[in-house]
Amino acid sequence: MEFLVASAVGVLTAAGIYLVLRRRTFPVILGISLLSYAVNVFLFATGRLMSGAPAILNKYEEVAHADPLPQALVLTAIVISFGMTAVVVMIALGAYLSSRDDRINLTDDGTAAGDDA
Amino acid sequence: MNHLIVAPIILPALVAPLIIMVLRYHIDLQRIFSVASVALMLAISVALGFQAADGTVQVYELGNWPAPFGIVLVLDQLSAMMIVLTTVLAMAVVLYAIGTGWDERGANFHALFQFQLMGILGAFMTGDAFNLFVFFEVLLIASYGLMIHSGGAQRFRAGVQYVAYNLLGSTLFLFALGVLYATTGTLNMADIAVRVAALPETDTALLRVGALMLLLVFAIKAAVLPLHFWLPASYSNAPLPVAALFAIMTKVGAYAILRVYTLAFGPDVPATAGLAGDWLLPAAIITLVVGAIGVLGSREIGRLIAFAAIASMGTLLISIALFTPASAAAALYYILHSTLATALMFLIADQVMERQGGAIKALPPMAQSGLLSVMFFIGAIALAGMPPLSGFIGKLLILDAARSHDLVWWIWAAVLVGSLITIIGLARAGTLLFWKSHGLPDAETDAEAAQSTVEDNATSGDDASMTTTHNNGSPLPITVCMTLAAIIAAMTIFAGPITRYTEATAQHLFAPSAYIETVLKGDTE
Repeated sequence: MEFLVASAVGVLTAAGIYLVLRRRTFPVILGISLLSYAVNVFLFATGRLMSGAPAILNKYEEVAHADPLPQALVLTAIVISFGMTAVVVMIALGAYLSSRDDRINLTDDGTAAGDDA
Repeated sequence: MNHLIVAPIILPALVAPLIIMVLRYHIDLQRIFSVASVALMLAISVALGFQAADGTVQVYELGNWPAPFGIVLVLDQLSAMMIVLTTVLAMAVVLYAIGTGWDERGANFHALFQFQLMGILGAFMTGDAFNLFVFFEVLLIASYGLMIHSGGAQRFRAGVQYVAYNLLGSTLFLFALGVLYATTGTLNMADIAVRVAALPETDTALLRVGALMLLLVFAIKAAVLPLHFWLPASYSNAPLPVAALFAIMTKVGAYAILRVYTLAFGPDVPATAGLAGDWLLPAAIITLVVGAIGVLGSREIGRLIAFAAIASMGTLLISIALFTPASAAAALYYILHSTLATALMFLIADQVMERQGGAIKALPPMAQSGLLSVMFFIGAIALAGMPPLSGFIGKLLILDAARSHDLVWWIWAAVLVGSLITIIGLARAGTLLFWKSHGLPDAETDAEAAQSTVEDNATSGDDASMTTTHNNGSPLPITVCMTLAAIIAAMTIFAGPITRYTEATAQHLFAPSAYIETVLKGDTE
C-alpha cells in the first residue's frame, strides 16, 4: 500500500507541475487541481497508513485506530481547494471573455496579447 | 478568558455577510458599516496593544479546548503590534476608497475588504500552524476578489496569474504542514517547538525538509526573489487602493518567517539552527537589488511602487534573516514604516492615475499638480529611506544590527546602493510626472494627451474611461494621504518609544519559553 500511495502522490504531482507550466489557462487550472489531489492523498499518509481501522479510540479493548487529525485536515483542504478552483475558473473565464485570449502570460507593453492568436 | 482577543476576527466575519446579504444595494449603509467596523477593530487592536505592551502573553482557547488539541489564538507584543498596524492601514484605505468612489466601481468591495481583514488579523493572532494556513486562504480568497475589483481585461489576466501562483503556494504550504505533522505529531506552534527541541539529532532530515518548504511558502508571500514574480503584475494591475492594502500582505509573510523561525525552528535549536537565515539572507540581498533596479526601469507608476515595495521587502528580510534580537527589533520598526510608506505611495500613485493615467511621461500639468508633487516627494523620501523620515531611521537600525555579521559588507553595500538606485528611480519618475510637464509646449501636449488617453482606454479597457467620471473632487483622499504622511512623520519623532517597544518585542521573540509555557499550560481561569 505504501508503494501505491507514494507513487500516486508522485505521479499526480508530476502531472500537476507539468500542466501548471503550460501556456493556456485551462491546463494550468487542471494542473492546480491535480496538485491539490496529490496533497490531499499526501496528507492522509502523514498520520501513518492504515486500512480498515476506525478513527476513534476504543477504551475497552486494544484495537488499531487511525489518526483522525489528518482526516480532518484533508476535509478542510478539500473544501478550500474546491472553493479556490471555482474562483480561479471564474476569474479565468472573466479574463478569457474580456480579452478573447486564454494565454496566461502578460505582455510587456501592457496590452492584451490576443490580436495575433 | 479574555474574549477581546477573538473580537478582531469575529467582528469582520459578522459584518461582511451582513454587508453582502442585507446591505447589498445600499452603498451608503455599506460604507457606514464598513468604516464603523474598521474603527471598532482599530479601537480593539489598540486596547489589545495596551494589554500586551508589558510583555505578557495571553492565550484564547477556541471552544475551550486546551492547547495542543484545540486551536489557540495568542496575543503577544508582536501580534499586537501587527494588528494595530493592520487596522490603521485598513482605516486609511477604506476611507480613501470611499473618498475616491473606488468602492462603487465593482460589486462587494466592502464585504471583501472585511473578509480580507479577518484573514490578515487571524493570521497575525493564531498560534496554530494549520490555522495559519486557513487564515492565509481567507485573506487570499478575499484578495482575489479585491484584486479584480471593477474588472477590465488586463486586470483579469493579471488576476489569473496571481490566483494560480498563490494556489501553488497554498499547495506547497499543505505539503510542508503534512511533513511537519508527520515528524512532530502536532500542529500547534508552541508544541512543535517543544517536540523539535526533543527530537533526536540523527532523525531530523525530514523535519528540515518541512521547515525549508515552509520557508518557501512564506517567501512566496513575502515576495522574496526568485519567488516575487507574482507581485509587480498583480499590484500594478490591481486597483491601487487595494494594492495599498496589499502592502500588509507581504508583511504577513515576513511576520510568519519571524514567528515560526524564532519560535519553532529557533536559532538555538540544533536541528534547524541557521536553516532559515542561511538561505534567506542572500535571497533578500538580491531581492533588494532587483527591486531597486525595477524602480529605475519602470515605465508605469503602479509598477514603480510595486518594485519599490519589493526593494523594501528585501531590506526588511535582510534584517529578519540575521536572526538576532537587535536585527529583529530593527525589522519590526521597518515593518511599521515600510507598510505605511508603501501604502502612502500607492494612494498617491492612484491620485496621479485618476488624473492622467499610469504612464510615467511628461504630460500637461494635472489638477492639483503642486499638492500631489509635494505628497509624492514626501512619500518618495519615506519609501527610499532618506532623512528626515522614518525610513532613514529604520535603515540605520538595520545597518547597525548587521555590523557584527560575516556578510556585513555585502549587506551594507546592498542596502546603501539599493537606496541610491531607488532614490534615482523615484526622482526620475517624479521629475517626469510633475516637473517636465510645465516645460511642454501647448499644442503638442494636447495632441499627445489626447492620444495617450486613447491608449489608456485601449489598454485598461473600460476602467480607464471611468477614471475621469468618478473623480468627484472629495477632499477625503488627499486628507487620508496627508494623515498617513503625518503618521510616518510621527513615527520619526517618536522613534525612541517605538524602538524601545520593538526591542522588548524582539527580546521576547528570542526567548520564547514564556510564550510556549503560556500556550501549553492553558487558560487556568
